[in-house]
Amino acid sequence: MSTDRNLIQLITPAGERISHPEFDPWVKDIGDEQLCSLYEDLTVIRRIDVEATALQRQGELGLWPPLLGQEAAQVGSGRALREDDFVFASYRENGVAYCRGVDLTDITRVWRGTASSGWDPYTVNMATPQIIIGAQTLHATGYAMGIQNDGADSVAVTYFGDGATSEGDVNEAMVFAASFQAPVVFFCSNNHWAISEPVRLQSHIQIADRATGFGIPSLRVDGNDVLAVMAATRVALDRARHGGGPTFIEAVTYRMGPHTTADDPTRYRDANELEDWAAKDPIQRVKALLERKGLLTGQVQQHVHDKAEAVAREIRSGCIGMPDPEPMDIFKHVYSAPNSWLDRQQDHYARYLASFGDPAGATSEEGAR
Amino acid sequence: MIKEFRLPDLGEGLTESEILSWKVAVGDTVTLNQVIAEVETAKAVVELPSPFAGVITALHEEPGSIVEVGKPIVSFEVADDGGASPSGAAPAGAATAAAGTAKREPNLVGYGAVVESSGRPARRARNFITPVVEPVRGSVVEPVMTETPVVEPVETEPVETLPVESLPVGTRPADTVERPRSTPPVRKLAKDLGVELAAVAGTGAGGLITREDVQNFVGGGELSAPVRHLSAVSDSVSAAGLGAQGGREVRTPIKGVRKFTAAAMVASAFTAPHATEFLTVDVTPTMDLLAKLKASRAFSGYKLTPLTLVAKAVLIALRRNPSLNSRWEEASQEIVQFNYVNLGIAAATPRGLTVPNIKDADTLSLLELSEALTGLTETARAGKTAPADLSGGTISITNIGVFGIDAGTPILNPGEAGILAMGAVRKMPWEFQGEVALRQVMTLSLSFDHRLVDGEQGSRFLADVGAILAEPGMVLTMV
Repeated sequence: MSTDRNLIQLITPAGERISHPEFDPWVKDIGDEQLCSLYEDLTVIRRIDVEATALQRQGELGLWPPLLGQEAAQVGSGRALREDDFVFASYRENGVAYCRGVDLTDITRVWRGTASSGWDPYTVNMATPQIIIGAQTLHATGYAMGIQNDGADSVAVTYFGDGATSEGDVNEAMVFAASFQAPVVFFCSNNHWAISEPVRLQSHIQIADRATGFGIPSLRVDGNDVLAVMAATRVALDRARHGGGPTFIEAVTYRMGPHTTADDPTRYRDANELEDWAAKDPIQRVKALLERKGLLTGQVQQHVHDKAEAVAREIRSGCIGMPDPEPMDIFKHVYSAPNSWLDRQQDHYARYLASFGDPAGATSEEGAR
Repeated sequence: MIKEFRLPDLGEGLTESEILSWKVAVGDTVTLNQVIAEVETAKAVVELPSPFAGVITALHEEPGSIVEVGKPIVSFEVADDGGASPSGAAPAGAATAAAGTAKREPNLVGYGAVVESSGRPARRARNFITPVVEPVRGSVVEPVMTETPVVEPVETEPVETLPVESLPVGTRPADTVERPRSTPPVRKLAKDLGVELAAVAGTGAGGLITREDVQNFVGGGELSAPVRHLSAVSDSVSAAGLGAQGGREVRTPIKGVRKFTAAAMVASAFTAPHATEFLTVDVTPTMDLLAKLKASRAFSGYKLTPLTLVAKAVLIALRRNPSLNSRWEEASQEIVQFNYVNLGIAAATPRGLTVPNIKDADTLSLLELSEALTGLTETARAGKTAPADLSGGTISITNIGVFGIDAGTPILNPGEAGILAMGAVRKMPWEFQGEVALRQVMTLSLSFDHRLVDGEQGSRFLADVGAILAEPGMVLTMV
C-alpha cells in the first residue's frame, strides 16, 4: 500500500502517525481522548458484526452482510458528519448506523425479517439500508438538490461499494450531482469484491478516477485508516457546505468476510490476499498507535471491552426478544394516507385469514418462517 | 433445563446441510457463540456458534449426515436464565410446518424461482406402490418400467391446498417416456462418455443415476466395483492401514477431492487414448549445473530443484514440439493449439491430488520459474490454491521422483495433451565415455493423447527434454 502514491494515509498499518501537510489540519482536533473514542467505536462495531453473524448462524437472523475489515471507513466517515447531514447507505453500513445513533435492535430488525424497514429515517437522519445496488445514490443527489432549494448548508452523504460504480444509477446520480453542483458526498467503500467479482475486472482505472469523468473531484484514501478517512470526509463535507458541489471519496479497504452469510468467499478468492489485508487491519493500527502513545491503559482496554460486550448483549436480547409482526401489519406502511385500493386488499386478506377459523392462522405463518 | 438447537437455514432458502464435524462432545461445557460444529450447505462451509451457554447433553447427528433444516442437532443443559431461546428451539417451530398446511419455501431475490415442493423435477409416480404414500398418488399404478425397483423415499410432500394446483395424477398420459433420473452434471458426463443413461441402473436415492453409476457403467459395470472399494480403502490407509486395530475393512465414502480426482481420471483415461514412452537419461551434467546455480549469487535465496530444470527443459522442448501443448475439443471438433504454456504441477496436498498451473510459464526466466514453482507448491500444500490456478492448464509435470519412484504411466490431466513424470535421480552404473561409471540417472515417462500427438512427435519431444537434461548446453542448439 505504501507504493500507492496517491493514497491518503495518516496512520500506517504498523500504527505510526505520519504527517500529511494537506490533511493534518483537518484532524488537528483529534486528541488523545478522541482517538480512544474512535478505537472504542471501531471495536464495538466489529463486536456488533460478530454477534449479528453468530445470530444468523443460530437461525435468529435470515441474513447478515458482514462489514469485517471495513470498520475504519465507516467510523472515520460516520463520525465526521454533522447531525443535520443525511446519510443514504447500502446494506453494509451498519457501522455508520451505529455512529448515527440508530437503536441496536432496529439495526437487526430488517435482517430478522420482522419489518420491512428498521427505523424512522428522520429521527437519526439516515435512510434505512438500500438493498438495490447503488439506488441510494440517486436518493442522495435528489435530497442534496432539496438542500440547495432550502438554502441550507447540510450535506447528503451516500455510501456504496466498488461494484455499484458500474451501475447506471450511480453514474446518473453523479451526472446530476455535477450538473447541479449538489452538496452530496459519494463515499465508495472499495472493498475489492463485488460478491465474487474482483474490482480489477470492474475497472481498469482506479475507482476514484471514474469521478473525474463526471467533473467531480475525488480523493483516494486508505479506508483502513480511520483518521485519514475522517480527514478526507471532512474535506468533502466542507466543500459541499460552501457551495463547492459534490466530492467522490474512494476508501480503499477490504471485505475480510463473505459478501453475506450466504456466501463462501473461499470459492473465488485467494487466501493469500486475505493474509495481506489482515496485516492492514483498521483496529490493530489504532491500537498500535495508542500503545505507542502510552494511551492503551488497562482501564481503557477494560472499558472498551465492557462496552463491546454490553452492546453485543443488547443486540442479542433485542433481536431474540423482537415480537413477530401481525399478518395485517404488512398494510401499515405502504401509504401515509388512506388508499381505497389498499383498503380493499386489506379487507380481502383479513377475510382470508379469518377463513382459518381462529387466530391460529397467524401461528402457522410463524412456524413456516 | 434442556434446550435444543435446531439446524437453521444457513443460506437463503436452503433446506438441508451436512454436518462435517463436531467441535464439542457430550459433557463439554460451552460458552455462548463458541464454535460447536462445522456444517456444509449447498453454498458454503460454515461454523456454527453455540446459541447457549451450558453443557452439551446430546449430539443428535453423526458427522457426515445430511440434516434437514429445523431438525434438532444438539441438546444443552442450561441454567434457567442462561441464554435466550432461539426461535428454532421453540416447540412450535419446524414441527408445525412439516405437520400439515402448505409449507412455504423461502425464496429471495437472486436465487431463482420457488422450487417444487419435493425439490426435484416434477414427475409421476413409479410403477410400484410405495409402502406409505399419500392416497392421491398411491392409487395410481403405472406400467412397469425397466428401472431397478428402488422404493421411492417417502417424501412428506404436503398436499397442495390450492385446488388449481392439485391436478389428478391420472390425467397425465400413461405412455409418456420418462427421462432417466439424474442431475445435469451427470447427464453431461454421460453425454461426454457416450453413455445412454436409460441403460444405466441408478443406485442413488429413488433410483437416481449418480456419477459413479455412469463411471461404473463405462468401466465395465460390476467389474469395477472392487476397484472402487480398493481406491476408497487405500485413501484411508494412512489412518487405519495394515495391522491397525479395528475392523478388517474400512469403508470411506467417496467424496471431496478424491471424488473429483476419480472423475477426472476416469474421464481422461476413457476419453484420450494414452500412449506412454520412457527415456532414461544420465542427468549428471544437469545436477552439476544445479549445484553451480545454487552457489551463484543470482540464485541465492531461491529454491532450485531438479524439478525447476526439468520444467525449463519441457518449456524449451515444447517450442520445437508444439503439438504436445494442444487440446482436443470434442464438442467443437477442433484442435486447439496453445501459443502459451500454462504449466501444471501435480501436487500432493492435505486434500488430495491437485494440479495447479503456472500461467504463461513459457515467458518466465529460470529465476521467475523457480519462484513460481516454490509459490505454487507451498500454496497447494497449505490448501490455499485459488480456483483460477487449477484450471486452464495446457501440459503437466508430475514429480514421482520425490517418492523414490523411477517410472510410471501418468494419466493426462483432462484437456491436456501431455504429461511428463520425472523419476528419482539415482546413482547407477552407466556408460560414460566408453566406460562404466557411477552416474546420476533419471527416467522420464511421457504420456500423450494419441489423438493429437503421433509417436513421432511424442518421441521427439521426449528426446529433446532428455537431450537438455543430459547436456544442458544442447539448449544452444534449440533456441
